Amino acid sequence: MSESQQALTGARIGVITFPGTLDDRDAARAVRLAGGQAVSLWHADADLKDVDAVVLPGGFSYGDYLRAGAISRFAPVMDALVDAAKGGLPVLGICNGFQILTEAHLLPGSMIKNEHLAFLCKEQDLIVENVDTAWTRDFTAGQTISIPLKNQDGQFVADERTLDELEGEGRVVFRYAGTNPNGSRRGIAGISNAAGNVVGLMPHPEHAVEAGFGTDAAAGPRAGTDGLAFFTSVLGTLVTA
Amino acid sequence: MGRVVVDVMPKPEILDPQGKAVAGALPRLGFTGFTSVRQGKRFELEVDGDVTPEVLAAAREAAERVLSNPIIEDVVSVVDAASLDTVASA
Repeated sequence: MSESQQALTGARIGVITFPGTLDDRDAARAVRLAGGQAVSLWHADADLKDVDAVVLPGGFSYGDYLRAGAISRFAPVMDALVDAAKGGLPVLGICNGFQILTEAHLLPGSMIKNEHLAFLCKEQDLIVENVDTAWTRDFTAGQTISIPLKNQDGQFVADERTLDELEGEGRVVFRYAGTNPNGSRRGIAGISNAAGNVVGLMPHPEHAVEAGFGTDAAAGPRAGTDGLAFFTSVLGTLVTA
Repeated sequence: MGRVVVDVMPKPEILDPQGKAVAGALPRLGFTGFTSVRQGKRFELEVDGDVTPEVLAAAREAAERVLSNPIIEDVVSVVDAASLDTVASA
């Protein structure tokens, strides 16, 4: 472990579990592999346990009933999270976590069913367009990364004015490379808030963090660990903050 | 016991993949006259007692804040179920 990595150990990253969350343990594991300390947060506790950043993992909170993320948005932990995020706390929403962040109005737009109605589960190439956010500073601008995409309601929609604003302000953080897999407006896979501390995306970085269990890559089958840089990025952000 | 009916539909400018899939299936079953289908949601909220103006106002607020997402959906109507029954039997 390098000196800089050692300096990062000790940063506490909260991972929220809602009823129906599926990827909280993978997210916690990704935090640990990046050198951070994962802290479990429970939806019904209005307490963020003094963490330095928060991940809202994927899954089907409340069965996606009503709308994906719509009921979770009103969980007690979300009031504390919305306040903290407005104060600059780094927050990453993955898949269902992204949907919860849009329902909580921390990020604009919304997600509807995939254009062709299929549940998608595949390895997806993304282009990283913004490397100034709390969660992307370890990427290079224009870099293509590959991480899993698995969802039913993944089609990002927003009105034209919002889309223009997102593009004009450089808040499109990730775009789908190649064919648009789900009909998302302007191929948008992930966005940030204006300050860059809140990021949401549909694909799953936490599933590509360890060689042997990642995406297929030039180095070999399942050798891809492009997702790890999300978590090292936030640890680096916290050290320099 | 009173009941309030709330109807929520996808916004007209938002593509409705579910409605599109249903529209595609209808002609295969011989229903060829329908040119488009949009699929929405109907909520029935029950209360003890009558549907008062206050109950309707609360239902309207719930419809705007929770039952719909204004980015992708419109609240089409919030009405006392009793008024619907009158219309249906008229």
